[in-house]
Amino acid sequence: MKNINEIRSDFPILERKVYGKPLVYFDNGATTQKPHCVIDSMNEILTFYNGNIHRGVHYLSDMASEAYENARQKVASFINAEKKEEILFTSGTTGSINLLAFSFGERYITAGDEIIISHLEHHANIVPWQMLCERKEASLKVIPIRDNGEIILEEYYRLLSPRTKLVSVAQVSNALGTVLPIGEIVEAAHSIGVPVMVDGAQGIQHGIVDVKSMDIDFYAFSGHKIYGPTGIGILYGSERWLNELPPYQGGGDMVDKVTFEKTTYNQLPFKFEAGTMNYAGAVGLGTALDYVTSTGREDIAAREKELLGYATAKLSAIEGLRIYGTSENKISTISFLIDGIHQYDTGMVLDKMGIAVRTGTHCAQPVMDYYGISGTVRASVCFYNTTEEIDILVEGIERVKSMF
Amino acid sequence: MTISEVQDKIIDDFSLFDDWMDKYNLLIDMGKDVPPIDPKFKVKDYLIEGCQSKVWLRPEFDGTVITFTADSDAIITRGIVSLLIKVLSGRTPEEIISAELYFIDRIGLRQNLSPTRSNGLLSMVRQMKLYAMAYNARQKQI
Repeated sequence: MKNINEIRSDFPILERKVYGKPLVYFDNGATTQKPHCVIDSMNEILTFYNGNIHRGVHYLSDMASEAYENARQKVASFINAEKKEEILFTSGTTGSINLLAFSFGERYITAGDEIIISHLEHHANIVPWQMLCERKEASLKVIPIRDNGEIILEEYYRLLSPRTKLVSVAQVSNALGTVLPIGEIVEAAHSIGVPVMVDGAQGIQHGIVDVKSMDIDFYAFSGHKIYGPTGIGILYGSERWLNELPPYQGGGDMVDKVTFEKTTYNQLPFKFEAGTMNYAGAVGLGTALDYVTSTGREDIAAREKELLGYATAKLSAIEGLRIYGTSENKISTISFLIDGIHQYDTGMVLDKMGIAVRTGTHCAQPVMDYYGISGTVRASVCFYNTTEEIDILVEGIERVKSMF
Repeated sequence: MTISEVQDKIIDDFSLFDDWMDKYNLLIDMGKDVPPIDPKFKVKDYLIEGCQSKVWLRPEFDGTVITFTADSDAIITRGIVSLLIKVLSGRTPEEIISAELYFIDRIGLRQNLSPTRSNGLLSMVRQMKLYAMAYNARQKQI
């Protein structure tokens, strides 16, 4: 694997200063920074071969279409999908889940049906299902959690019933970093013929995701959380499911034949891609995945595990600091509070020391409600972070403690 | 002191410091001077939406001027509220409605807060002005 200096030099933003201090970026759970190659690839398409995809007869359109479809193939290979037609481009994880909630709901959900999520979900994996449940008079069932931030599997098994039509859970909790037991969740759901959707927004960037060996039916993630651009995301769906689902949005490119009487739809994946898609974003995402692959996904995961271990040990040693989410099985995230100090005060002071963290509920209000708190400070590390930066965070926290 | 004079004084106080930590320390100190809101009024009616931290703000009108009491669960936020109270509390509704709060920009609070957080600050100002408008309208009716 490249050494840390080589890795950091791939990311131009890491060289900058904020408020005159070197940037220490620990908000990777919100969005990751972009390597040169991603920035260059987007620059290249916009500079040299911008043309609307799948439409034109001309050279630029052909080039852009080819790049877009190459990116689709890269995504398919990255998550080991059977076919590239199973890869739908969307605007992001939120867009992906909304697409699925609509299309799956239209096809399969009727009054009295149940959808299972977990207590750890990001609002993006709660609200679309609630909206669907309201529309269809279905109900949402929630797998409870225990104090260390793990879901209670036995309760999940109890929730599964003939009324269950879909299970939709996070791969990794964005608020706490807990890794969910996807294998067990999938096995139990499949044993009664229920498909599983996995929200991979916090999982895709931290190791190997193989939709085939995980045997999951749907998988969603965002480009910007895996070193790619914003505004592009993925919904993977196995072909047998996607073929059954009706389209989400209507418009150009998703159609086969349109008359005022009736419209027939295009094949997969285009049936789900109405209008001009974010092809520049797709190309950037493809480049980001190449970058991650060439850097080494296992190496990235190993490095992040080391960093999390180091950070957990250092932060745990701070008097009066409580970490929320203490499962053994965690990725990249430390959510914490300092005794008697509001997370917002902590975040404001750290910010002025050049340290970027997230504060608040992390779009996971039910998790905060579970702990009876109004929010946490969240430091999320990734492979370009260093132990020195963690030391700076620790100093920052000590500084915060001395101020309040 | 006029509203402008109070603002100029705040700008002077903050101009002594270049370092943000010193500015925050000053804000933290100022937060201690906030006229505390009676705990029984720390309810939803007096809660200002749009802040990352909770802010309660309560107006009292004696027929001439509005007095504000407030609190926040975050200390820097309480400092920010204290500045607004220094400037706007004890003023007539007309004064509050027409006040131009230039000190927020001048001490660097606005450009150093992200839009949503800044909205928290702006929603405090908006709420104070709304109270003033309500009292003003009521006064005119009488």
